[in-house]
Amino acid sequence: MIRVELVKLVRRPRSWVSILLLCGLPVVVAVFVAVTHIAPPPGQGPALLSEVLSSGTLYPAAALAIVLPIFLPVAVAVVAGDAIAGEASAGTLRYLLARPVGRTRLLVAKLVTLIVYTLSAVLLVAGTAYLTGITLFGSKPVAATPGGLTTSNIAASAAATSLSGTAMSPTDIALRTIGAISFIAVSMLGVGAIALFLSTITDSALGAALGALAALITSEVLVTLNAASAVDPYLPTRYWLAWIDFFRDPIVWRNIERGFALQAVYVLVFLGAAWAHFATKDVTS
Amino acid sequence: MIATRALTKRYGRLLVVDQIDLDVRDGDRYGFLGPNGSGKTTVVRMLLGLVYATSGEIRVMGKPVPKQVADVLPSIGSLVEGPSAYGHLSGRANLALIDAAGTAGSRRTRRRRIADTLDRVGLGGIDNRPVKRYSLGMRQRLGLAAALLRTPRLLILDEPTNGLDPQGIREIRDLLIELNQAGTTVFLSSHQLSEVEQLCTRVGIVNQGRLVEQDELAALRAPTGRAIVRTPDVAQARDLLDGRVEHSEADRLLVSGTDTAMLNAQLVAGGVRVSEISAERRSLEEVVLAVTSSGSDRVGGPARGGIPGPGRPGGGDVLEQGDVAGREQP
Repeated sequence: MIRVELVKLVRRPRSWVSILLLCGLPVVVAVFVAVTHIAPPPGQGPALLSEVLSSGTLYPAAALAIVLPIFLPVAVAVVAGDAIAGEASAGTLRYLLARPVGRTRLLVAKLVTLIVYTLSAVLLVAGTAYLTGITLFGSKPVAATPGGLTTSNIAASAAATSLSGTAMSPTDIALRTIGAISFIAVSMLGVGAIALFLSTITDSALGAALGALAALITSEVLVTLNAASAVDPYLPTRYWLAWIDFFRDPIVWRNIERGFALQAVYVLVFLGAAWAHFATKDVTS
Repeated sequence: MIATRALTKRYGRLLVVDQIDLDVRDGDRYGFLGPNGSGKTTVVRMLLGLVYATSGEIRVMGKPVPKQVADVLPSIGSLVEGPSAYGHLSGRANLALIDAAGTAGSRRTRRRRIADTLDRVGLGGIDNRPVKRYSLGMRQRLGLAAALLRTPRLLILDEPTNGLDPQGIREIRDLLIELNQAGTTVFLSSHQLSEVEQLCTRVGIVNQGRLVEQDELAALRAPTGRAIVRTPDVAQARDLLDGRVEHSEADRLLVSGTDTAMLNAQLVAGGVRVSEISAERRSLEEVVLAVTSSGSDRVGGPARGGIPGPGRPGGGDVLEQGDVAGREQP
């Protein structure tokens, strides 16, 4: 069943269009920055973008920072929201279940497909960004940011431009980028799990995707709100930017670990809820 | 093949299926009839394990549903509430996907089985256009192909001839009869009486969630004990058949007794010209109309004896009418 779902993913034009758009945005940004040589001042604009002028090898990380806030969650939410609700509204869900495909098996296959999609999206963004970066900005070795205690994106960028840290070898950057990629992929999986759960509840793929995005926007609003500091550590987007800590020297693990743990809880809870609901629901679509 | 006992489904306070005892035997061509919204589709979905019953028991091929439905579903082909497919893929690609899903068919024979099945439903020469450019009839045939892909022992079909032209309907009917003669049990849910009348051997009629009739079609359509005679010489025939004529119209007589050959001989001997003579049978339509009410898609008020107009006496026991009358005549 997993193979059937993967074939469906690959043969669906939407998958490729969304990945193409995801890869395209960082290229557009890179071209503008390379042509004008006007990088955002340190501390403003997407993380790490001000550093890429000195070396293109950092561009994969910068590219991820560009697509992370909106494009990537939207793409993941759309694919995950479509998982069950899309089949339901197309009328194919009843035929799959009557085939028979066990409900749990179907959900697992959908989940695996979602993981594959998320990973390929993140990897392809990083890959195209690497090629773009090398082509447009060259591949000089760069300095890591000094290990700071600050956790925010802004402070991290500011520290990075001081260039007072130790030099990072290409292997070092590659390893850090892999760490960042896996962290971002897991964060996206959290979004995916919420959308997948909603997808089992409604028959509207759009509704499920928008519902998941609404949850994220709520979370982003609450993260910036001091009054909501009591729930702050449990918000799904709270540690999203912690992957920047991979580019400090030494790597600051505290928020990265918390981020992984929090996303794992979200994924488990929402997948559990999705399974519990889907396994017992009447399929009337 | 299919047996249910006191099968009941409630959605909240709404009772959709009420204590249904279905009995579909091996080799039947079973017609499941009922008005729109009478619970047919819900029953079909329960048989396939898509919807869970509130109470009651289902056995399909001897296995309890939904508990062991996965054991029997591989030998069931189904078409529920219209066909559906992935619109951006071709018909062949769709069949290949559905065949590979779940309890998969063998990969080695897949291409051949798909070609054979498409031939069977009359889509043998189909090109690679995506399903979204299929006509309604082609989609219907593709849905049937998906149901037939694994040569099922039981076919559960909901309105299978929807969207087909008369030739197509005929073709599908012949195909179903052929499959049935080869040993496939056919369970056909429909509100098209003619379809059921021409195809089925047994009929179950459902009305407002209850099974109100279940019998052999031949038994339901048994002769009524009367004969219909058409003749230009009505008066003469009445005289001749003194007392046996139950009803007469312009050129049509209803005569008690079923021996039409004898009756014919008697009439002709008496000099009555007979243009048509046959034993009267109840049509399936009469049977169904006698036991069902109008479907849930009819949302009218309760039947009234006509709305009182200005010149007519406002004779009604309906409340508003009394009110209006009361105000008009203080």
